[in-house]
Amino acid sequence: MDRAEKAVDYLNADYGVRSWLLTRDHKRIAILYLLSITVMFMLGSVFAVLIRLELLTPAGDVVQADTYNKLFTMHGIVMIFFFLVPSIPAVLGNFLLPLMIGARDLAFPRLNLLSWYVYMVGAAFTLWAVITGGVDTGWTFYTPYSTTASHTNVLATAVGIFITGFSSILTGVNFIVTIHTMRAPGMTWFRLPLFVWAHYATSLIMILGTPVIAITILMLGLERAFGIGIFDPALGGDPILFQHLFWFYSHPAVYIMILPSMGVVSEIITCFARRRIFGYSFIAASSLAIAVFGFLVWGHHMFTSTQSVYAAMVFSVLSFAVAVPSAVKVFNWTATLYRGSITFEAPMLFALGFIGLFTIGGLTGLFLAALGLDVHVHDTYFVVAHFHYIMVGGALMGYLGAIHFWWPKMTGRMYPEAPARISAALVFVGFNLTFFPQFILGYLGMPRRYHAYPEEFQVLNVMSTTGASILGVGYLVPLCYLIWSLWRGRVAEANPWGAAGLEWRTNSPPPTENFAATPIVEEEAYAYPLKEPEVV
Amino acid sequence: MASHVTSRLVLFVIFFVLVGLTALTVWVAYQDLGSWNAPVAVAIATLKAMLVIVIFMEMRFGQPLTWFAGASGVLFLLLLIGMTMADAMSRGWLGVPGK
Ligand SMILES: [Cu+2]
Repeated sequence: MDRAEKAVDYLNADYGVRSWLLTRDHKRIAILYLLSITVMFMLGSVFAVLIRLELLTPAGDVVQADTYNKLFTMHGIVMIFFFLVPSIPAVLGNFLLPLMIGARDLAFPRLNLLSWYVYMVGAAFTLWAVITGGVDTGWTFYTPYSTTASHTNVLATAVGIFITGFSSILTGVNFIVTIHTMRAPGMTWFRLPLFVWAHYATSLIMILGTPVIAITILMLGLERAFGIGIFDPALGGDPILFQHLFWFYSHPAVYIMILPSMGVVSEIITCFARRRIFGYSFIAASSLAIAVFGFLVWGHHMFTSTQSVYAAMVFSVLSFAVAVPSAVKVFNWTATLYRGSITFEAPMLFALGFIGLFTIGGLTGLFLAALGLDVHVHDTYFVVAHFHYIMVGGALMGYLGAIHFWWPKMTGRMYPEAPARISAALVFVGFNLTFFPQFILGYLGMPRRYHAYPEEFQVLNVMSTTGASILGVGYLVPLCYLIWSLWRGRVAEANPWGAAGLEWRTNSPPPTENFAATPIVEEEAYAYPLKEPEVV
Repeated sequence: MASHVTSRLVLFVIFFVLVGLTALTVWVAYQDLGSWNAPVAVAIATLKAMLVIVIFMEMRFGQPLTWFAGASGVLFLLLLIGMTMADAMSRGWLGVPGK
């Protein structure tokens, strides 16, 4: 396209660092988040690489126990609090939510920018803690180790997580108010894209859960710094209380990570199967059910603590129950694919990968929710494999699918299809090779969080490290071609996939005000096959 | 909404009531009320939270949806306390130490 006739969009509307750092445009804030979480992802990956290198051999050779403890702790903290929790909501949710409901921006644009700054301050504290010696408590900060025994930077890390929590809360508030008040004419609740429903549910968890982790971390800091007896039995506290408070947020936090991915999958599946979604209202309702019932199951992390057996039985039953709404989604996606005219572009490959891997992750979660079996596999690699199937096989696959699917909308450029498909395949193969052996290792009894292990476990660990190398390449390749595509990618039209949804009815990239005129919605979401392509 | 304004006088009165209740909390902490220690402290805290929510956050002018949002926060707090207490109070039932 000729430069002169190129339309004004949110990227070229204004130039300079100032125009970015003081922006109130939800799309630009999404880009700021994208850059920040990519850096955090790379940092978390470096820790993962060192962990897998150490576990290549049974003996402790690359690092010793103390360093290893810090590596897995910082891998968890960086990946969970600074990558996975903000990943899809803060980048794609921020970018797409107003576009999808036909609004010009989020309800509180300044609050949105503030949430990014809060995130950056929290990240700065945590990075400072990492650079000045790290933390070794595990991302779970269990007391009394974290309050009395650990000599590492617990306080600085805790402050970082405490602060970052507020960015989550601000994002959640902003999304909920936006969805309630900013929908375009005709965009009724049951015409909302499922991506929006998923973010609504996610925002509920962010608002209801995040204050609890913030207070918990604060109490931990108070006990560590001033010896106030909350969790330490020697001071009249209860260490199990910490686990209750911690998991009250941290189990639902898993849904903060996975629900947005589920929303992404609903969008991608319908587009590349050219089918209406099967069971729209069930998928929408199951998002809310997951958000609410996800708060009732946290005790399944505490079966081997001194939690009462009776409480454990209740938590076990409820944990089985919470699998139902997740299964509802998987069955509905499968039914959507049935008799669809399916094509296998890269986003679809990631979405299909999500369904398979999330299903394995979810079903192994049921193993862990069973009281008897959990005693056997608790704190083994079985657990590690299980939650990586959810968080990496699920949440991260969804994130990659989303980045590819909406890349033309965000940047105005197409990514190259062939290397994208190859990287989807590399991620899928690499992921399974990394984590499937860990199910077996855990079942055989290899405990997590040790830098050394008996020799009989080496073959499976070598497989796992090999898989991690492939997985690493699978992540690096997209990083390269996505950056390349910014200059050399084919210029994207408004709706390159022929997808339904308001975001595809404006230019790629969209203008600052999103739509030239407020769109009016006259049909349900996913009205495939599309009638005629139209651009507002 | 914007049409409702809480007068400065009310805000100051409530502020000093809150400060007074804080002083009361501190004083009560030094009194031994036996098994009433916790309930009294929680009761004062609840009263303070209600004053903040109803007066300072102007929830009394709120629409039903605002009340629903506020109430859901309280509901989830009760859930947190309730299920944690369900564990704490049933720990001794089996008669096995620690179970
Ligand atoms: Cu859980």
